[in-house]
Amino acid sequence: MAIINNDLLNQPLIIINIGVQKFAESLSGQEVQVVHIDWSPPAGGDEEMIDLLDELL
Amino acid sequence: MEIKQKIEKANEEAVQRMISGLPVLVDIAPAGEVVPGLEDRMIMHSGPPIEWKKMCGAQRGAIIGALLFEGWAKTPKEAEKLLNNGEIKIEPNHHHQAVGPMAGTITPSMPLWVVENKTFGNRAFCRQVEPKQQFGEFSEEAIKGLELWRDIWAPTLRQALNKMGELELAPIITKALQMGDELHNRHTASSSLFANEMAKGIADADIPKKETMMTLGYITGHNLIFLGLAMASGKAIADAAHGIDYSTVVTAMARNGTDFGIRVSGLGDEWFTAPAPVVDGLYLPGYTSADGGLDMGDSAITETVGWGGFVIGGAPGILSLVGGTPEEAIGYSKEMRNITTATHSTYRMPGLGSIGTSMGIDIRKVVQTNITPIIDTAIAHQDPGYPIIGAGLVRAPIECFKSALIAFSKKYSGD
Repeated sequence: MAIINNDLLNQPLIIINIGVQKFAESLSGQEVQVVHIDWSPPAGGDEEMIDLLDELL
Repeated sequence: MEIKQKIEKANEEAVQRMISGLPVLVDIAPAGEVVPGLEDRMIMHSGPPIEWKKMCGAQRGAIIGALLFEGWAKTPKEAEKLLNNGEIKIEPNHHHQAVGPMAGTITPSMPLWVVENKTFGNRAFCRQVEPKQQFGEFSEEAIKGLELWRDIWAPTLRQALNKMGELELAPIITKALQMGDELHNRHTASSSLFANEMAKGIADADIPKKETMMTLGYITGHNLIFLGLAMASGKAIADAAHGIDYSTVVTAMARNGTDFGIRVSGLGDEWFTAPAPVVDGLYLPGYTSADGGLDMGDSAITETVGWGGFVIGGAPGILSLVGGTPEEAIGYSKEMRNITTATHSTYRMPGLGSIGTSMGIDIRKVVQTNITPIIDTAIAHQDPGYPIIGAGLVRAPIECFKSALIAFSKKYSGD
């Protein structure tokens, strides 16, 4: 049986948002504290390029 | 040594060669006198190779103008007939150590800026910058501008330069970056600094008053005159970094209004191309984005060596021409650090904490980050016969960098 930590849910939330900036902006608009981390998948997710980069970079 | 180490070493060599390049104006001479391989009845153009029939409207207009200027045809119709019959040879500027703005046309009697990279001894050439024929206009007025350059302005400047000896361009470039130029579309400071230097030479040379006054009027009133010198400097600097085995540094970005192409130091003379992109820009009164042609010109050689869009954060004065906010411009300059190899030790941006310009575009970093070089550029009409119609910002297409990376892997993997 899972144990629910009620303390966590009762505290003000600080969100870490990775990737899509619009999610962070939406939370900020609702006065939720959010830290945005700019991230996107390497080579835009292109697997052929990722394989080449593994070898060359 | 592993391939990754070989690449790092080669790229370090490439950017050191770029950083140590010393561009000096050594002559202003007719193309036919100085450009290797430029033949009679040959027209050189901007961008990667392209056939006459596949050229965009503006480049076709400029080619027609070039034939009229040379006297190879008396009318636009006659010019088109010669071109359609294959009687005029067409080759890219970049294949002849040269660059040209917008359509970039260079013909034998057109005087060029001759810039020597004193560190390595290589020379590069660029034509006159003007607002009409290079954009595709071939009216009498447009051709008259080329004739004045050939017959009055360029010979007078050549005579003055001969008296001066030569003119170092790096000090002008350094100061201009400090004074708010980005050296692609804003040359307010560099052109004034250049005019100051040449005025002394003109005054000192034995030149008749009429030519003196006409040429002083030209150089003091032309706020983009230094673009041709910056482009020749960029070409001389980039060429010295070309041909280094294992280097993934970009040594040319050029567009012909149909295709966008790049060359890479370790990949020989091959072009990696993709369709030329649409420029996001502001238009002169009477024109809209529906009139605009696609990205065009060799002037992205300035971005190739770390100027233009790469330093736009230090040149807020350009934004009234190309659009955008100062914050966005600073963002572009910072973003370019993610795809480059080094910062320049001399060329700096005071507005960004005097950090050196970002240079040495690495195709691996472009592909990895999906961030492509930002270029600020003028816009030509999509049809022949028009002058400049606007200016804006454009990104190099990612496909060029991906195809270059595939070619690089084929050439060097397994070594």
